[in-house]
Amino acid sequence: MSDTTNVAGLEKKDYAGLKSTLCIGCGHDQITREIIAAAFESGVDPYNVVKTSGIGCSSKTPAYFIGNGYGINSVHGRMPSIATGANMANKNLITIGVSGDGDTASIGMGQFCHAMRRNTNMVYIVENNGVYGLTKGQFSATSDKGAKKKGGELNDYADIDLCALALELGCGFIARSFSGDMKQMTTLIRAAMNHDGFALIDCISPCVTFNNLKDSTKGFDWLRENNVQLHEVGFVPEYEAEKVEQRAGETVTVPMPHGGFITLTALDDEKHDPTDPAAARRVLERSRLDEGHVFTGLVYYDRESQALDRTLNLADEPLCGMNEDQLRMSEADFGTLVDSFC
Amino acid sequence: MRPTAGAKSLRASRLRLPRVPINDFTINVATVNGSGSASSNTIVAKTIFRMGVPITPKNLFPSNIAGLPTWFLMRVSEKGYQCRSGRHDVTVAMNAATAVDDIADLAPGGVLFIDESIPAAKSIERTDIAVHLVPFAKIAKEYAPDVRLRKLLANMVYVGVLTEMLGFDHDTVMSVVAEQFSGKEKVVKLNQDVVNAGIAHAREHCDASSVEFKIEARNLTQGKMFIEGNTAAAIGCLMGGCTFCGWYPITPSSSLCEDFISLAKKHRIDAGTGKQNFAAVQAEDELASLGLVLGAGWAGARSMTATAGPGISLMAEFAGFGYYAEIPGVVFDVQRVGPSTGMPTRTQQGDLSLCVNLSHGDTGHIVLIPAGPEELYEISAQAFDIAEKYQTPVFVLTDLDMGMNNWMSDRFEYPKGGFDRGKVLTAEQLKKVEDYGRYKDEDGDGIPYRTLPGTHHPKAPYFTRGSGHDEYAGYTEKSPAYIKVIDRIARKIAGSVVDLPKPVIGGDESAEIGIIHYGSTMYAVEEARDILAENGVKTRDMRVRSVPLHDEVVEFVNSCNVVYVAEQNRDGQLADLIRLKTPGSAGKIKKALYYAGMPMAAAPVVDAIMADVKEPAHV
Repeated sequence: MSDTTNVAGLEKKDYAGLKSTLCIGCGHDQITREIIAAAFESGVDPYNVVKTSGIGCSSKTPAYFIGNGYGINSVHGRMPSIATGANMANKNLITIGVSGDGDTASIGMGQFCHAMRRNTNMVYIVENNGVYGLTKGQFSATSDKGAKKKGGELNDYADIDLCALALELGCGFIARSFSGDMKQMTTLIRAAMNHDGFALIDCISPCVTFNNLKDSTKGFDWLRENNVQLHEVGFVPEYEAEKVEQRAGETVTVPMPHGGFITLTALDDEKHDPTDPAAARRVLERSRLDEGHVFTGLVYYDRESQALDRTLNLADEPLCGMNEDQLRMSEADFGTLVDSFC
Repeated sequence: MRPTAGAKSLRASRLRLPRVPINDFTINVATVNGSGSASSNTIVAKTIFRMGVPITPKNLFPSNIAGLPTWFLMRVSEKGYQCRSGRHDVTVAMNAATAVDDIADLAPGGVLFIDESIPAAKSIERTDIAVHLVPFAKIAKEYAPDVRLRKLLANMVYVGVLTEMLGFDHDTVMSVVAEQFSGKEKVVKLNQDVVNAGIAHAREHCDASSVEFKIEARNLTQGKMFIEGNTAAAIGCLMGGCTFCGWYPITPSSSLCEDFISLAKKHRIDAGTGKQNFAAVQAEDELASLGLVLGAGWAGARSMTATAGPGISLMAEFAGFGYYAEIPGVVFDVQRVGPSTGMPTRTQQGDLSLCVNLSHGDTGHIVLIPAGPEELYEISAQAFDIAEKYQTPVFVLTDLDMGMNNWMSDRFEYPKGGFDRGKVLTAEQLKKVEDYGRYKDEDGDGIPYRTLPGTHHPKAPYFTRGSGHDEYAGYTEKSPAYIKVIDRIARKIAGSVVDLPKPVIGGDESAEIGIIHYGSTMYAVEEARDILAENGVKTRDMRVRSVPLHDEVVEFVNSCNVVYVAEQNRDGQLADLIRLKTPGSAGKIKKALYYAGMPMAAAPVVDAIMADVKEPAHV
């Protein structure tokens, strides 16, 4: 590993994708850069990456990162089923799903919930901007009640808190972040990729064209001013385990099941323990009541999380590579089976 | 016969084959859903089958857990007819709620065994049937003080009564009872005792000379299987190398997935690690089922789902995605009566047009239509080869009658040859490829080459999308690039015909009347052709087994003066497809339809053709 190469001997440009076609300054493009940085820093094998998405601005972004990964841009709100199927066929692949607030909180709500319930092994990033961009500015289900549209129209309905929903459904990795926080997002994505199960990152990602108003809680100005970090979150991969030792003191270290650690450094007196579901619930409740702030960081982490492939006791070899010798019973067993119907 | 209500009503044909009382009649057992009659029904059916006499049972059940009426029709046919006969010769009436209709439905000369406690039993006016009042419940009571158990055992009494009156072999009945409850010695003994009590009662109280219907042992079922269509399809999936099943429960398809899973749990466990060489996920709905299947198919697993019409409707968007993004997957549609929720526990062939053109925009899917367990087994396995070779969702059309009833079948053969995984490029092969494009037509057959996620070569990765794409899988809104891909897919699907099951042609080559049919309608046509022949009407037939249609269909139509397309839907969906393929002959294609939801009998086909024979068809 030199200064410009990672543990896999690859350079950052090896994780690049096509040029973005989103609006200049879009929060989603920041997340794209953060995904690239996270994959690079963790030395992920690009050929083993599966990039899944649904429909919308956010769902276009898998074309813009890790060009040597395998992308599948499916139908609106149905990315979780595609991701789960692919994961069953080849459990050795790393799945990064990118969705938006329309794709997740409205049309795809059912699949989003059930992927969490089953615990599909994937990173699920919601690029949350509270607005439908591609169809030109309608409110989404994560827009705040009373939020104002560009033309002045107010949103009548309460917003859906995806992190609170995830906690309710037993999701084992729940984070909230802000696209403009490169360091926090990159770390969270790295930890999420190392998680065994469904890892949700609800990332507020401003829409510069339709929802970047001064008083919008999904706008850049407001977020920069009012984004409060729950802690400084860190990730130490297994191959750098010795670094954990050096972070004694204020830092709490949480080991992950497949090796590697999450580190949490308190930034003020209120120490958030993400392994405690009651604490996670309190933080989300605080976020809801405190209209002046959004709390970001690792909200909840379940060390006991077990992904779907382990629940199903899947074979070590990926199903996709199995041949007739492995998949067909012997002629004698077949004869016995047929006889049982005679 | 007076008309009876709803789905139960039988359609009377003017023409039948002459009736013989030995090994050629239909038994109707009328019970209440949830009363445990499944075991006794199975015992009777298996006993007759084991006596070497062909039998086809049909379970007519309600959409209900317990309390509504249910009927079990068992057609005994030495000639091997497996369609519904449309006639009840021997009726066991255990359900007070339907007894009046059940008595009315008996054919003249029929035999009735009715529980003496049923009110309708006291005022039977028919003099053309033999009536036997049997104290089913009372006899059972002697063996079980418990009410629930008594209900179950009352059914065993009827097994005994039929054994005595229809001449079942005693040892065979006893061994089938033992098999039914195997592993539970006390239960076996109790049930055998009750069957014997039924026999004793019949011997003492029922006049044997009043029953002309008898079972005589033959050896016509030796080496044959007796199996449900859904189970046959599940075995096909297992042997066809399916490793992923994503499904959502829906009648009448659920048992196909459940059987696949239970078979896989037995035969797909890695001997060394005890881990599973398959995955099954019960989805949140059918949209997700097909998403799961396509996700797995995209990543290289042989994957399938099974559903019924309502599920197919929900899968529409993903079906178009699979077609356009060229992803393999196998979708079983075990059809039931539509539209909408329809009659969920009744049978129909109403989804053909839906499956052929599922999804918005131009599609045209490959649809396979097996008939009979043997074909369900073979074609289900073959469906995975076809899906992977042509990189597209493949629909396998079956129906409730086929799927949920037991049928007599030849033994399944162990598959010959390996899987056809289609054009999949490995990293090694890609080294020799100069210019790889996921959607390029390299070979002129419309079938592109695909790579699987995880392939380690810089040329391998591509971006799969349902949005407009060019030959290199890149996003496009350019007209020529769009046209190139969408036209190639049409060519690919049209070309698939060479690998699809060919139509099966039968009958008298000199006949001028042709009958085209598919799926379970085969059984009705088989008997209908014999009835017609008996009445001097020669026919030949063609059973279509796949869409797109083969050219043989056109040749068949051209070689007949008139063609009747027999199918179980209101509109004649296959007939319309054939008319599109044979525009010049469209006028000579007629429809012989049945869509009332009962398993199809021969009568609708006979009637449609005879109506024209009497007034010659205009050709």
